[in-house]
Amino acid sequence: MATDWTVRAITRAMLPVLLVLTVIEIGSGLVLGSFEGDLLMYPSLLILVPVTIGTAGNLGSVLAARLSTAFHLGTLSFAPDDETFAGNALATIALALTVFPVVGGGAWLLAVATGGAALAPGTVVLVSSLSGAVLSLLAIVVTALATYVAYQRGLDPDDVVIPVVTNVCDVLGVVVLFGVVKMVV
Amino acid sequence: MMADAVFCPLRYLALTMARWSVAVKAYREGLPALSASLVGGLIAGVVLGGMRSDLQAVEGLLVLVPALLATRGNVYGSLGARIATALHQGLLEPRVSEADGRLLRAVAAAIANGLLASVFAAVVATFALVVLGRPGAGLATFAAIAVVAGLLSGIALATTVVLVVFAGYRRGYNPDTLVGPIVTTAGDVFGMAALLFAVRTVAVLGGS
Repeated sequence: MATDWTVRAITRAMLPVLLVLTVIEIGSGLVLGSFEGDLLMYPSLLILVPVTIGTAGNLGSVLAARLSTAFHLGTLSFAPDDETFAGNALATIALALTVFPVVGGGAWLLAVATGGAALAPGTVVLVSSLSGAVLSLLAIVVTALATYVAYQRGLDPDDVVIPVVTNVCDVLGVVVLFGVVKMVV
Repeated sequence: MMADAVFCPLRYLALTMARWSVAVKAYREGLPALSASLVGGLIAGVVLGGMRSDLQAVEGLLVLVPALLATRGNVYGSLGARIATALHQGLLEPRVSEADGRLLRAVAAAIANGLLASVFAAVVATFALVVLGRPGAGLATFAAIAVVAGLLSGIALATTVVLVVFAGYRRGYNPDTLVGPIVTTAGDVFGMAALLFAVRTVAVLGGS
């Protein structure tokens, strides 16, 4: 194992990355703050925020973990028609198209249950599904880029790619949600 | 090969058997983890939805939310991965009663780093709001909320991660696949609940 289990060694390994990621996440918070008015007006959208951020990050991290493993096993090449990459990219899109409509429906139902939804259920499902579709494509691009950069620099994708991809997808989750809300609502 | 893919997009998109089987396997393995975190995310959303009056009372609080939630995932995900690796290597016994100083130090390091990152988030958020000329509740309020929320969610998450990963490992589950869903689900729920508690506590103590 790379790091000793002392507070100092763990902090030295973790804190610098953690602080950089925190700055990135504040960027996503600033985007969120810029449409706070919409979010406060429509409770279903506010309920959508954590689950959209989380699901976007998870889509990226699941893909990143699978690509990292394939990379370690030597079954991943970086040709654009690589089977492992294309298959996993396809699965990422399919997962997003399965999960995000459920997320939208769930958010609307919970808004109704906790004090009333101001938006029609179709609108919330549309916002969520559209965000999910765009996010899955972005997650694929970000993950492929991060895995490739890690590979070129000789870094272990497990250490670098998963936290970077998860947090970048968190931010993109908010940005895409913002764009879709401004477009649809 | 590159040229083929660029000049013939149809060939790149063609669904070969190999691609299909990779995709089906990835889909089946990915769905449970995503579904677990979906439940946690929606619960966190309900808590956030219930905080509308708090978000209006503490100006700029929403800017802190993604950073605080992500810190929980990053710090306790890393703690979980560390414990999972140690269990695989036989360096750690999956029983709290047999825990040595190492496990305690790993937990202490996670909570300390979580707190540092939370306070740092409060500083960066305050600074960014001032630079952008947007209203903000101020560093003291943000930092107090970050410390209370970081400490509470840290204790809850460290306990959950250790107990669930140990219990799962003893029953024969691979700790590596347990950590992700546990941390994202519990991180969202505990992170948001702790934030709610922190905001209201600080409001009462601060007399605002």
